[in-house]
Amino acid sequence: MSEKNLYLPYSMIIEKVTEEAPFVKTFRLKFENEKEANNFSFKTGQFGEYSVFGEGESTFCIASSPTKKGYIECTFRQAGRVTTALSNLEEGNTIGFRGPYGNIFPIDDWKGKSLLFIAGGIALPPMRSVIWNCLDLRENFKDVTIIYGARSVADLVYKQELRDWEERPDVKMVTTVDPGGETPDWNGEVGFVPTILEKTAPSSKDTIAIVCGPPIMIKYTFPVLEKLGFSDDNIYTTLENRMKCGFGKCGRCNVGKVFVCKDGPVFTLTQLKQLPAEY
Amino acid sequence: MDDIRKKAKELLENKTVQVVIGYGKGSGEEARAIFVRDAAKTDQLIFDETCLQNLAVYILKHEVKHLGKIAIVATSSVLRSIMILASEQQLKDGDLVVLGITSDGKYIDLPNFKAIEDYLATLNVSITDKEKELLKMIDAMTMEERWAWWQNEFSKCFKCYACRSACPMCYCPKCTTDSNQPQWIPVASHQLGNMEWHLMRAMHLAGRCINCGECAKACPMDIPLNLLTYKMIDEMNANFGVTVGMKPDAVFALSTFKNEDKENFIR
Amino acid sequence: MEIEKKLLKKASLEKLFEKLKADGKKMYAPVKKDKLVNFALVDTFGEICDDYILTVKSAKSVAFPKIEKIVDYEHSKNSSKAIDIDVSNFPEVVLWGVRPCDAVGFDSLDAIFTWDYKDNIYLARLEKTSIISFSCFKSDNNCFCTSVNGNPGGTKGSDILLTKISNGDYLVEIITEKGKQIIAKAPELFEAAPTEEKDKNLTNVPIKFNVKDITENSAKFFENDLWVEQSLRCIGCGACAFVCPTCACFDIQDESAGKNGTRLRLWDSCCFSLFTMHTSGHNPREVQSQRWRQRIMHKFSYMPERLNVVGCIGCGRCSRACPVDMNISEHLINLAEEVKK
Repeated sequence: MSEKNLYLPYSMIIEKVTEEAPFVKTFRLKFENEKEANNFSFKTGQFGEYSVFGEGESTFCIASSPTKKGYIECTFRQAGRVTTALSNLEEGNTIGFRGPYGNIFPIDDWKGKSLLFIAGGIALPPMRSVIWNCLDLRENFKDVTIIYGARSVADLVYKQELRDWEERPDVKMVTTVDPGGETPDWNGEVGFVPTILEKTAPSSKDTIAIVCGPPIMIKYTFPVLEKLGFSDDNIYTTLENRMKCGFGKCGRCNVGKVFVCKDGPVFTLTQLKQLPAEY
Repeated sequence: MDDIRKKAKELLENKTVQVVIGYGKGSGEEARAIFVRDAAKTDQLIFDETCLQNLAVYILKHEVKHLGKIAIVATSSVLRSIMILASEQQLKDGDLVVLGITSDGKYIDLPNFKAIEDYLATLNVSITDKEKELLKMIDAMTMEERWAWWQNEFSKCFKCYACRSACPMCYCPKCTTDSNQPQWIPVASHQLGNMEWHLMRAMHLAGRCINCGECAKACPMDIPLNLLTYKMIDEMNANFGVTVGMKPDAVFALSTFKNEDKENFIR
Repeated sequence: MEIEKKLLKKASLEKLFEKLKADGKKMYAPVKKDKLVNFALVDTFGEICDDYILTVKSAKSVAFPKIEKIVDYEHSKNSSKAIDIDVSNFPEVVLWGVRPCDAVGFDSLDAIFTWDYKDNIYLARLEKTSIISFSCFKSDNNCFCTSVNGNPGGTKGSDILLTKISNGDYLVEIITEKGKQIIAKAPELFEAAPTEEKDKNLTNVPIKFNVKDITENSAKFFENDLWVEQSLRCIGCGACAFVCPTCACFDIQDESAGKNGTRLRLWDSCCFSLFTMHTSGHNPREVQSQRWRQRIMHKFSYMPERLNVVGCIGCGRCSRACPVDMNISEHLINLAEEVKK
């Protein structure tokens, strides 16, 4: 039998832990085995199964860009059994990783276009990968706008990177917090993401919109994009469903005939509209 | 039976209830549960010796509750289940309409919990001689034999949880076995996982089980799970003098302390 | 490979069994224990039950057991390591007494376990399994293989198919290379094929519906009151999935003992309410009607469309196992009728 064990994870060393927000951490992970590191590649949008032995596996996107070589990063919120166990780990500890799985953001097709990234809360990580991927290939794109919102200032993740993007002349960065979530020294916007999107009113001409966020944010953001003139084909989002295997066998993540793990997690709004509302 | 159909029709017509849970013809020998929502279809309701399921399992089912107010064709098992659900604050008097039915199919008017309690007091609900025989058989075994006997039975289990799903008393929104922080019971259906699951379930039903036998009947592998729960009923009777499921405001023996409680478990 | 036909005398059946057993193969056959007939590891021919329509559980556990080790691991505070499973030492198995429907069931499992990503553990088990099926001479109202492209004497999926003929001897059909190898273990037992027609020795399973009416029109009834109507009495257990020969949905769980442990693949069911529940509490399939629809649509719409195989072989086990009489063929007939409306 020549096939490899699909369930056998790579050993990854936690190189760096960053506290992003309350209960939210980012791990920078390095392959323990150099050969595996050299053979590994992924594209933006893909995800993996991260495991703590004895606790289980958990699914998240790869939050770093494929242009950043030598490591991958993941950002997670401590919520269930596995993420709680992950939270208790320290730099130097080892975890398991399987992947990459799933489809990708088709950034090659976006060449020559403007990009509008809209993210909410803990949904910035999947977008961070594609943002950095595009910024590292900045000459391929026209205007880049990022609109990011969280419940409160404390809940904003990647605070240093938000500042970096803010300072870049080639990025229009709009940060917002929900009403009541601002601090006295907050100088960003205050308001829900769809409202701030409407206020910012980016042009839809030759522009791709990428939206990641909690279901309620997504629900109110799509109509605004449509109002701004975005066609369904030019709006991308990601779906998150419960998964165990990551490669189309365990039977959990399908939405109708579409398997989020294989056909997704990246979908256009056109594709999304063809799916039954079971996600 | 005609009385039940007539009553069901009336309740649906005057919109007192939106659904009548009763028995209808099944695909095989046994009747199945049906959910009549149209007064014109009340003639689908049947009652005979093939009507065995304890329909009380549907009372708290989200999808059934969603249909509106319920009327339920209630055998003594259903009535006793209702008493437990009431004692556990899952049901209030008047939440549902009870269409009482005797074992020979006669309609009994049971307008409220008090009427149910009074009716149940007239019934003999002790475990049957056949059940007593089974208990005797188990009791006669040595500890080792009993262990081996149950290990053999549990080895058939594949954790489909039909026993749990069929039980009107297993209504916890999240079962202990589904909890993973901590993981009290191994998820895998191996010897330990199976045994812990069934013992946990038996303990959780001690003093709550009304002996309807649904768990054993539901088991696709024919594990006689009712023997565990019969045993619990026997123990409850012996130790606390309690017959469960007879009144709507019962206090549960295992969650109450009384000065006169026996202490024979201390050795 | 063209099917080769032979005759096996009634008295030679036991000899064939003994030969294979002596060859070191693990023999799994239907055994009656505490009133139920199920596949079990057997030592002697006498233990085998031959009077059964179908076993309660399907034969799938030979390649997809209810508990499968997928990874071993060692872990301590400062180091953890995954260890691969050695699939080379899986036993050589003969599945004896499989019904033709069960043999077809492995097609569905294959389709799932090889869909782009090839599951080496499943494949290694299957590769070491030879399937000796026996045609059906009995059936019941729950059987509907003929409605899902099957047949009580179907050869698909089996390595060898035996059909009992009127004098008690067996018509042997050698279907695969593996089947040939089995015959080669005891060539002396086999004689020239009988002339008697196979079909007259088979049970008659009436066609209940046209499966294409369902598979080709499924989009029409995704949104349909039928699902609620059918599933109100469903109590959401996993009995149907666990006895099903084609249900392959699984869970992954870790079990540790000290610093060692194993990651296990465990049977799971789409009918359980927690199956798709997110950690946040959001559940894409929140109510039983959605879960019931998933079960039927997966087999009759998603699998045909994505994997080119109908995910149901018409054995009717789910109907027999269901505590609340969710009769699958009745529901499928309803669906097929719905399409014609």
